[in-house]
Formats: sequence, C-alpha cells, structure tokens
Amino acid sequence: MADARADLMGDAGAMSVIEPFDVQKVKADFPLLQRELKGRPIHFLDSAASSQKPQVVIDAMTTYYETINANVHRGVYEIAEAATNALEASRVRVGQFIGARNPETEVIFTKNATEALNLVAQSWGRANLGPGDAVLLTQLEHHANIVPWFQLQAEKGFEIRWVPLTDDAQLDLTDIDTLLDGVKLFGLTAMSNVTGTLTPVHDLVAKAHAAGALVCLDACQYVPHLATDVAELDVDFAAFSGHKLLGPTGIGVLWGREELLEAMPTFLGGGGMILNVTLDGFVPAALPAKFEAGTPPIAEIIGLHAAVDYLDALGMDAVREHEVSITAYAMRTLTERFGDQLTIHGPAEPAMRGGVLSMAMEGIHPHDLAQVLDEHAVCVRPGHHCAKPLMKVLGVGATARASFYVYNDTDDVDALADALADAASFFSF
Amino acid sequence: MPGLEDLYREIILDHYRNPRNRGELEAPPATRTEGFNPLCGDEIVVYLDLDDAGVVEDIRIGGTGCSISQSSASMMSAAVKGKTVAEIEALTHAFKAMMSIHESSLDADGEPVDVEIPDDVKLGDLEALRGVVKFPVRIKCATLAWNTLAEGIGQATTPA
Repeated sequence: MADARADLMGDAGAMSVIEPFDVQKVKADFPLLQRELKGRPIHFLDSAASSQKPQVVIDAMTTYYETINANVHRGVYEIAEAATNALEASRVRVGQFIGARNPETEVIFTKNATEALNLVAQSWGRANLGPGDAVLLTQLEHHANIVPWFQLQAEKGFEIRWVPLTDDAQLDLTDIDTLLDGVKLFGLTAMSNVTGTLTPVHDLVAKAHAAGALVCLDACQYVPHLATDVAELDVDFAAFSGHKLLGPTGIGVLWGREELLEAMPTFLGGGGMILNVTLDGFVPAALPAKFEAGTPPIAEIIGLHAAVDYLDALGMDAVREHEVSITAYAMRTLTERFGDQLTIHGPAEPAMRGGVLSMAMEGIHPHDLAQVLDEHAVCVRPGHHCAKPLMKVLGVGATARASFYVYNDTDDVDALADALADAASFFSF
Repeated sequence: MPGLEDLYREIILDHYRNPRNRGELEAPPATRTEGFNPLCGDEIVVYLDLDDAGVVEDIRIGGTGCSISQSSASMMSAAVKGKTVAEIEALTHAFKAMMSIHESSLDADGEPVDVEIPDDVKLGDLEALRGVVKFPVRIKCATLAWNTLAEGIGQATTPA
C-alpha cells in the first residue's frame, strides 16, 4: 500500500522537494474567478466537468485570431504557414506533456475525449473485434468509455465484461486474471469522475498485456491533475480533453502507440486525411493527418498549448500535492461538521483519490442540495455524472459532486461547508 | 432575483416529506410506466389503474428524485384520482402551460405572468409549482411525472 501511495503521489511521495505554488496568485490568473454571483465571490467547484481558463489561454486564442488566422496545412502565404507551425508546435508540446515518445505522429487532435474514444472503437475495434472476442470495462467508467463499445457490440457481437468494485469504489481485482482471459481490449479509467478513485493503471496494463489485451485509458480526469507519462504507464491508447485542463472546449486528444495507429483503418473521411483521391477511391494520409479529417479547431489547439504551458509552469507534482492537500482538508472539514449526515463516496484516503467529492446529504436530494449551494455562489454538479452503471453500484440515482483544481483554496471548502449547513437547515424535517 | 422560497414553497416540501399515493400496484391489471430525466438521473414509476369508463381508479408513484419531481408526482397523483382521461389531459395541458418557459411568460423582472388556464380546470396545490418557471433547469423535474403519466395513459388505453 505504501508503494502504491508513493506511486500515486508522483514525486510527492519521494524525497524530492516540490515547490508549491501560490493559490491566490493562480486564482488571480482566471478572469471568471474574479466575478461575483448573487453578490458573493464565486466558489467554482465543478472543474471535473470543465475547468476555468487562465488569461493566457484566452489571450493565446485571441492572438491567433488577431494575427495569424488562416487555415492550416494548405496555404503558402506567411500567416497560413504561421498557423500551421503553431498547430504542429502544440501537438509536440501536448505530446511531451503526456510523455509521448513520438509526439509528431502519435498525438491525434479530436473534438473531445468522447470522440477520441469513439475513434478507438470505430477504427481499431471495428477492425479487430468479432464474435468470440471480449472487451473488458470497469464499473467506474464514464458513458464515453461504455456506449461506443455497446454501439460496436451491436454490430460485431463480441462480449463485454465488467471489473466490479469494492465497497469504497475501488476496483475489485480478485478475479482480474479470469476476467482478462480472452480479452482483446481493456477500457480503463485512470481516475473516476464520480468517486475520484485512482486505478492502478501500471499494474493493470502489465496484467492486460500478459493476457494479450490492449489498454485504452480514459485519462480525462488524470492528465489535468497528475504528471502523466503514457510510455511509462505502458498503455496503448489514452484519451483526454482540453477543457478539463485549463484549455478551451472543442479540443480533445487521442494518443496511441504509433504502430497501432499506423495499422488502424481511417475513421472520419474528408479533406486533410488523404494522400490522394481519384474517381476510384482514396489513399489515406500518413499519421497524424490520417485521423484528422476537415479543418481542425486551430484556435483551440493553440489554446491547449498555452494551457499545458501554464500547468507545466506550476509543475504537475505541485498540482497533485495541492489537490491532495485541499481534498484532505475538505474531507476532514466536512466529516467534522456533518458526521454521518454526509456520505462521501469513494476511497477514504485522500492520497488514493483525486480531488473529486461525490456527496450524499441525508434526506436531501443532490438536485436540491446544489440548488441551495447555488444561492451561496458555490458551483457543484448534481446528477449521475454520465456514469449511470456506477451510480447503480453505489446504490444512488445521483450525487452532488464538488471537484477541486489549482485555483481552489480552503475558502472555497469553507464556503461549501457553510452552504451545506444552510441546506441541511433549510430541508430539516 | 428569484429566491429559494419561490421554488421551495411549504406545500411542495410537505408533499416531498409526505408523498401521497406512494407505492406500487399489481401490473397487470394496472400499467407500470417508467420515466427518466436523463440530465439528473431521476427515475419515476407511475402505476395506473383505469376502469372501463377511462376513470383513474387508483394510481401509485415509485422511483426516486428531487423535491420538485417528487412533490409534483405526489400532487399529480392526488389531482388525477377519480378523473377521466379527458379531464387529465386538460389538467396536464394547464399544468404544462403554467410550466412553459417562453420569454413572453416572464415579465421584465423575471416574474412569471399569468398564463391562461381554462375556468373548468383547477390546479389547486399544483399552483405552488408555479415558481419553478423561474428556475428553468428545474422545469424538467416538475414535468417528469406528467410525461410519464401521459405515457401510462397511452399504454392503458391502447388495446393490447
């Protein structure tokens, strides 16, 4: 357990010293966090759904539009070349950020993580799955790593299996060897968007590979919060979105091992993804263009570059340390103030989880809870968080979820606690 | 600015705490219809027993949801018992009209203006849900039970 914790802490668990960042300075970088709601300062606790954007990201996109706006990969004029260079520079930068060994070819830009996972299902899955095959998923998965496999299953007739959960919403790996037997692809989340559960990716990849299965990692909640090295994790595919890591909406990333991407059939067809088109057919372009049909979201790709730079300047180990600390403070504060009245789903140990707290307040539906919290300018998310199978396992229809990021401080947690207390008194029977 | 008291009127909280007609009916002969709010995960089950004349003999509500969806379901169950399908359709129409969120139904201060409800339709307790219109995200909560009931009536009145 100690080793696993050190692993999840990144370097924070080792001897090296992490330079913490000043959260108030970070907060000041985000224009939206300066505004008030209902006469109160905003307490934004919904970054697991979408993070706020620092001024540098907004500026990077504006500067693109104001100075080098032109379509990419075609024009020979100066600004078109500049736009192309900016896009490709972002690809390399994003690839480096996640430890891609071949960023120029392995980083595929998509519109979001959902599209990235659909790409794996529709391209790799369609070519490689059929009757007698199996796909293994975990009960923690987001719908984006479930529904694409159901869609393909209806057509291809393979089996879908599920890794069950323990009572504290960790993966129950008792039967993992049996479950992996005959599996061709293991769809695994690195961190649950509902319970914050961090999964033992490295160990599971080793087991999956030993069983002959590839691993498709849903890294949406991981890449924004923990130092990520896809090569070290040894996964085969990883998907994440830009808007959860301080970047804009409309941009996602699929990273895949080069030899896998090379062998896969094309996904969306159109301009940009071809080497040649004749009246008889087409020849696909080389990677990464092969998977990027149509004009890409250029401004968003450039914004993503700025977001990655911003996070790197803070240091991802410092980001992780900050989030473990704020999560620990929140769990301690909420437990002290509400005791058994408030349930926090998922692992009890802050170092074993991400900064996501799915809460259930006794006698108050999450929707009503979030409504009262809104009166306090505390932004949390009620609902099933696009993980209905997980909600069923947790035995609830919905939860109210508070999630933390680089700009959240203890004031935000205290405001959350005060608002919860108000809700408890408002709905007291 | 609309406040919480506009949304959570006392009568709504009363129906939430003490839901009327909560439970199940044997189906068949009753019909059992599930309704889902895909946004929030709320699920509602309406058990409906119509007699041969198309009058609601009995109704029961199951499922889980927020105070708005549960109280709306509770009030609805009380309001439709003993009513004919035609009367329920008129009531549903009136309720939906009250819940409609056209710009024109809000005045300059964001206050809902009176929508026209026929004289012979009495919303009664359901009037308390009028404030939901000021919280547009919650309208779906209030209408979930009604949409599920409409589906149930369709099921019950369609010859097998």
